[in-house]
Amino acid sequence: MSPSPGRWFTQVLARYGSIVMLVVLLLGMSLATPEFSKLSNLLNVARQVSIVAIIATGMTFVIITAGIDLSVGSLVALTGCIAMTVIDRFGWDYVGVLAGIMVGGLGGAANGILIAWARVPPFICTLGALTVFRGLALIVTSGVPIIKFEGSFRYIGQGVVWGIPVPIVIMAAVALVMQIVLRRTAFGAQVYAVGGNEEASRLTGIKVAWVKFWAYVICGLLSGLAGMVLMARLSSAQPAVGEGMELDAIAAVVLGGTSLMGGRGSVWNTLVGALVIGVLNNGMNLLGVHSHFQLVAKGVIIVLAVLLDAYLKKKR
Amino acid sequence: MASDAVDRARGLPRARSVSPAGGVLALHVISKAFPGVQALAGVSFDVRPGEVHALIGENGAGKSTLLKILSGAHPADAGRITIDGREVLIDGPRVARRLGIAVIYQELALVPWLSVAHNLFLGREREVGRGFLSLKQLHARARDELGRMGLTIDPAVPVAELGIAAQQMVEIARALSEDARFLLMDEPTAALTEHEVDGLFEKIAALRQAGVGIVYISHRLDELVRIADRVTVLRDGAVVFSGRVADVALGDLIAKMVGRPIGDHYPPRTPAPGVELLRVEPRPAARRSRAVVVHTGEVVGLAGLVGAGRTEWAWRLVGASPGRGERVFFQGREVRIASPRHARDLGIGMVPENRKGHGLILSRSVRDNITLTILDRLCRWGGFVDAERQARVSRQYVDHFRIRCPHDGVGVDTLSGGNQQKVVLTKWLARDCQAIILDEPTRGIDVGAKFEMYTLINELSRQGKAVILISSDLPELVSMSDRLYIVHEGDFVAELDARRTSQEEVMRFASGYFEWAAG
Repeated sequence: MSPSPGRWFTQVLARYGSIVMLVVLLLGMSLATPEFSKLSNLLNVARQVSIVAIIATGMTFVIITAGIDLSVGSLVALTGCIAMTVIDRFGWDYVGVLAGIMVGGLGGAANGILIAWARVPPFICTLGALTVFRGLALIVTSGVPIIKFEGSFRYIGQGVVWGIPVPIVIMAAVALVMQIVLRRTAFGAQVYAVGGNEEASRLTGIKVAWVKFWAYVICGLLSGLAGMVLMARLSSAQPAVGEGMELDAIAAVVLGGTSLMGGRGSVWNTLVGALVIGVLNNGMNLLGVHSHFQLVAKGVIIVLAVLLDAYLKKKR
Repeated sequence: MASDAVDRARGLPRARSVSPAGGVLALHVISKAFPGVQALAGVSFDVRPGEVHALIGENGAGKSTLLKILSGAHPADAGRITIDGREVLIDGPRVARRLGIAVIYQELALVPWLSVAHNLFLGREREVGRGFLSLKQLHARARDELGRMGLTIDPAVPVAELGIAAQQMVEIARALSEDARFLLMDEPTAALTEHEVDGLFEKIAALRQAGVGIVYISHRLDELVRIADRVTVLRDGAVVFSGRVADVALGDLIAKMVGRPIGDHYPPRTPAPGVELLRVEPRPAARRSRAVVVHTGEVVGLAGLVGAGRTEWAWRLVGASPGRGERVFFQGREVRIASPRHARDLGIGMVPENRKGHGLILSRSVRDNITLTILDRLCRWGGFVDAERQARVSRQYVDHFRIRCPHDGVGVDTLSGGNQQKVVLTKWLARDCQAIILDEPTRGIDVGAKFEMYTLINELSRQGKAVILISSDLPELVSMSDRLYIVHEGDFVAELDARRTSQEEVMRFASGYFEWAAG
C-alpha cells in the first residue's frame, strides 16, 4: 500500500521540514534578488551565521537533555574579554585564545554543577549566569572595549582557507565533530537517553548528572570558541557584545525541528536552522526591508515554522 | 463503640432521618470496555440514602471503573444510571456534582497551598460574595461548613499543613457543602492511622444518619463489618455477590473475590531452585517481617494489595530510592546498593511497573533501548560505540525473543505493549543480569503477549536466573511462582509454597484478615 501523494508530502515535510524550508527560502531569495545567489553573498551568509551556529551546536546538546542555556550570549562576551586581556597584556595570542575557550568551559561547568547536582532549574540557573557573566565581562574590561588591530589571533575571524573564510571552516568542523560525538559515542547515546526519559535512564544505570554536566560544559566550550571567532572578526573585545545571541541560538535549534522537551534533535538540523535565520536576515537586507520590520518578520516566521512543524508531526 | 458497630452490622433497626432530597442511586447493567479488557460486564449496583454500601474485589476487578462512571470521568458503553427511578446522564464531573454525587479519591484533590476556606469554595467563590472576596466572610462560611461536620479546623491554614486525615475531612466537607447526597469513597483509610480511622468512621456514621448514601471501596475486609450495611463483590468486571454484610461470613467474601479460573493460560513450570543468590533481611524495626530469599533458577512471587509496598521495596533493593535499613546479601556477600547503576554492575535488573514512564526511552529506537545497559561494553577507544556489534547484539535479542518490529531501528514507541515490555526485559538480559525483578510485567498487554512473557520467565529460570515477580494478577502470581511472599503494609508477613497454596489463602494474608482473625 503506497501512501497518497498528499500524505507522502506531509511525511516528507515533517521529516525534512527544516531543509525544505531552507531550500524554499534559498530559491525564493534568488528569484527576488539576483544579488543573493552570488557566491560572495552566499559565503557572506555562511560567515554571518557561523558564530550563532557554533553556539547553537552546543545548545543542541543542552536542549536534547531537556535543558536550556540562556547564558551563552554573555559567555561570548566574557570569553572574548578575557582572551583579549591576555593577548593585550602579554602578547600571547595562542594562550589568550585557549584561555578564552577554557573560560567558556568553566562557565558551562558552573552551570552544569548547579543544574545536575544542586538541581537548580536550567532556566533559572542560566538566567542568573547570563547576568553574572555579563557583569564579569564588564569588570574585566572596566566597561571599555579593548581594540587591537594586529596579531595572529585575528586569523580565526578574518583568515581565508582556499577561498573560504575561516569562521565557516570552524563552523563546519564543529558541526561535523559534534554530530559524530552525538551519533557515534556512548556519551551521545546517553545524552539522548537522559533527555528522552531521565528516570528510565537513571534506573538503567546511566550517570544522569554527569551526562547533563558535560552537555553544559560542551555548550560553554563552544560558546567560548564562538567568542574567539567574534573577537577576531571585530579585532576587539567588547563587553556588550553577544546580547540576545542566546535567543538566536535557541531559535536555530528549534527551527531545526528539535523539541524543547528533549530527547530528539541533531546537529545537522540545528545547522540548517541557523542557516534559515541567516538567509532570512541576509535576504531581507538585500530586499531593503527596514531593520525594525525585519525583527517582526523574523519572530513571526520562527513561531509559524514551529507551529507548522508541530502540526505536521501530529498529522504523521 | 464496638458493640454498636456489631449491632449495626447485624442490621438492627436504628433511627434514620431521611433527607428530603434522598433517593436511590442505581446502575443498571452497566458495561465498559477498554482496549483489550472488559472492565465491567453488565454490572448492576445501587446505594440508598442512609446506607453504607461496600464495594470490594481484587485489583482490576472493576471497582475504580465503576467509580469513574459514577463520577462522570468515563462514559459507560451500555446500561443506565438512575436516581430515584429517573434516568440521568452523567457526562462529566460537573454533572455528577450537580446531581449530588461526590467522589473522595485516594489522591486528594485539594490545592495544597491554598487555605482550607479557599479549598472549600474553590470554583464557587461567588456563592460567598460577589466582586471582591472578603476573607472574613469566606472564613465565616468555611467555619459554618466545617462546624456542620463537627470539625474544628482553622479555615485560614493552608491545606498542605494539615494531616492526611484532616485533608480528607476538608474534602468531605466540601462535598457536603455542595449538597452531595451520595459520597463515593475510594480506599479512604489507606493512608490513615488506627486512631484516624476511628474518627473517619464516626463521621461516616453521622453522614449515614443524615441520609447520605455512601459507596465505600476498600480492600480491608475488617472495616466492612464495622461500617457497611451491604456489600457487593466484583470479580472480572461482574457482580459475583451482593447482600447484607450481616448475612455473610468474611471467609466467604474472600473466596468470592478470588477464585478466578486458572485455566491453561500458563505454561507448565517445574521448579528447580539452585543455590541462594539474593537475601534481603528486613529492617530490625519490622518485627513481623521475614527475610526474602531468592535462589538461582527460582521464580519468587510477591503478593499484596496495591499500595502494600512491593514496588517501593523493589526500588529500594535496586538502589533507586534510599534504603530503610534492610540488609542485602548477594551471592553470599553483604552489599550496599547505592544506585541502580551499582545494582546493574552486580547483576540485578528491574523491569519497572510503569513501562513508558520508567522503562523506556520512547524517543529512541528499539536497538538503542536494548543496548542502553551495555553502552560501556560496546565502546571502543575514545568512547565510540561499535555500531556493528551494537546492531548484532540487538538483532540477536530481537530474533530470540521474537520482538515484533519491522527492524530494530524503528522507534520503540511504535511497538505494542507486549513487545515494549520485552525490550525493557531484554536490556537487562543483554547485561547478563543474574537477578531480575519484574514489576507487573503483564499489565496492559494482551493475552497472547502475556503467554509469551510467561514462557520467557520460564526460560530465564531454566537458565539459572533468579526472578522476582510482582503482580496484582493472583492467578498469574500463583501459577508462575515457585514460592510466594505476602506483603502487607510494607512487611513480608508470610511465605507460602505456590504449589500448595490457594488464591484464597494468599488473599487472606494480603488483605490483613489474618491479623483481624487473630486479634
